[in-house]
Amino acid sequence: MVFDIILESLPRLLNGTWVTIQITGLSVAIGLCLAVPLALLRVSPNPFCWVPVYGFIFYFRGTPLLVQIFLIYYGSGQFQDALSQLGLWPFFREAYFCAVLSLTLNTAAYTAEILRGAIQGVAWGEIEAARACGMSGSLLYRRIILPKAFRLAWPAYTNEVVFLLQASSLVSIITLMDITGVARVIAARTFAFYELFLTAAAIYLVLVYGLIWVFRKIEYRISGHLRAAPEPSDATAGM
Amino acid sequence: MIDLQGYGWLLLKGLQLTILVGLASMVIAIFLGLIGAWGKLSRARIPRMAAGTYTTVIRGIPELVLILLVYYGVPTLIQDITAAAGRGIIVDLNPFTAGVATIGFIYGAFATEVFRGAYLAVPGGQMEAARAMGMNSSLTFRRITLPQMWRFALPGLGNVWMVLIKATALISVIQLPELMRNADIASRATRMPFTFYFAASLLYLAITIASMILQQKAEVWANRGVRRA
Repeated sequence: MVFDIILESLPRLLNGTWVTIQITGLSVAIGLCLAVPLALLRVSPNPFCWVPVYGFIFYFRGTPLLVQIFLIYYGSGQFQDALSQLGLWPFFREAYFCAVLSLTLNTAAYTAEILRGAIQGVAWGEIEAARACGMSGSLLYRRIILPKAFRLAWPAYTNEVVFLLQASSLVSIITLMDITGVARVIAARTFAFYELFLTAAAIYLVLVYGLIWVFRKIEYRISGHLRAAPEPSDATAGM
Repeated sequence: MIDLQGYGWLLLKGLQLTILVGLASMVIAIFLGLIGAWGKLSRARIPRMAAGTYTTVIRGIPELVLILLVYYGVPTLIQDITAAAGRGIIVDLNPFTAGVATIGFIYGAFATEVFRGAYLAVPGGQMEAARAMGMNSSLTFRRITLPQMWRFALPGLGNVWMVLIKATALISVIQLPELMRNADIASRATRMPFTFYFAASLLYLAITIASMILQQKAEVWANRGVRRA
């Protein structure tokens, strides 16, 4: 094993790590903003609301992410004229934009489905109680259903974010220089294949388990009311 | 209908290989999953630790990195080790073997959790009854536990299969001519990338729909002996 190559390429791999974090963070943030209205439309009884959303979710969950990335990045080239007229071509020409767009749509579909399950999992008695207190419509959703649903959805959402972090390695295929992209370029030039891919794998492991640790902390915080009251002596246990 | 300019057969050939790769990987995943679950539930420390490390590490690394590691890294690693030992052995992995082995190895970790959960879901009284009938542990596993585990494992295995078949698209990166790779070839030749990737995505969707129907049928079959309220 050639440790020099690993040490030499570490700064560039760390740059790649930053790209990975950026792309994942952007997609997760925008995807969540899209997922909430999508989930609300999905549970609506009106077929004009839920049928198109169901189609969107089904398509993005039923096809590989790689196809979605290629459809947006390479596929948009087939509509270059139309996109140019709309002034959108400069965006679709950029690999970065296409990567974030496809990851966002993908995670929005998965997250919407997670939230749908959580919204439908909110105990009926609590909704009844809220109605008895005179809440309805958006107030009921804002105060009772959505906060409860987020708490229920959190463990599944943790998995989704971890999945997206790993899936972001696919953007290296459309020329972006994330962790995998950097590792591939250096490996191809130096023939130090296993050294670089093992290092990349180690960086992903650290990122993934760091992320899981943070999400578990948040889960612990938001589920305080579900735990037994702590003994006075170990009030700080688990912090 | 989409005009595929005579490249439709190429996509269908790719679809065939995708399904073949998927099935082969699934067999490996189920095999590794059973071994992994045995390790996780074992009372001995070494198998338990090995299985724990396997699932923890595999689930923290992207599939793409593992595929690249196995396809490009393993042959050079073996060459380097054997060269250091005095005789150079040149290993040449073909994309099919590398792809199937990697995908199977990755989803074996997910199948491990499925089988572990399924094993724990079989009521303990069943095993005790089998012991009371004089069956030894391997006979108990074969006749009592395994047949009942399938029922609990099927929904989870169905999910593993759905994710696995989509992950096979990544093998296109190491030039295995499966569905994604062939869509790539066709789109370059015709300069119609959207058409071909969209057609490929519809074929993947068809696999998903067919798998959902089969899974439902399989679950009905596996639950045929269970009384429902």
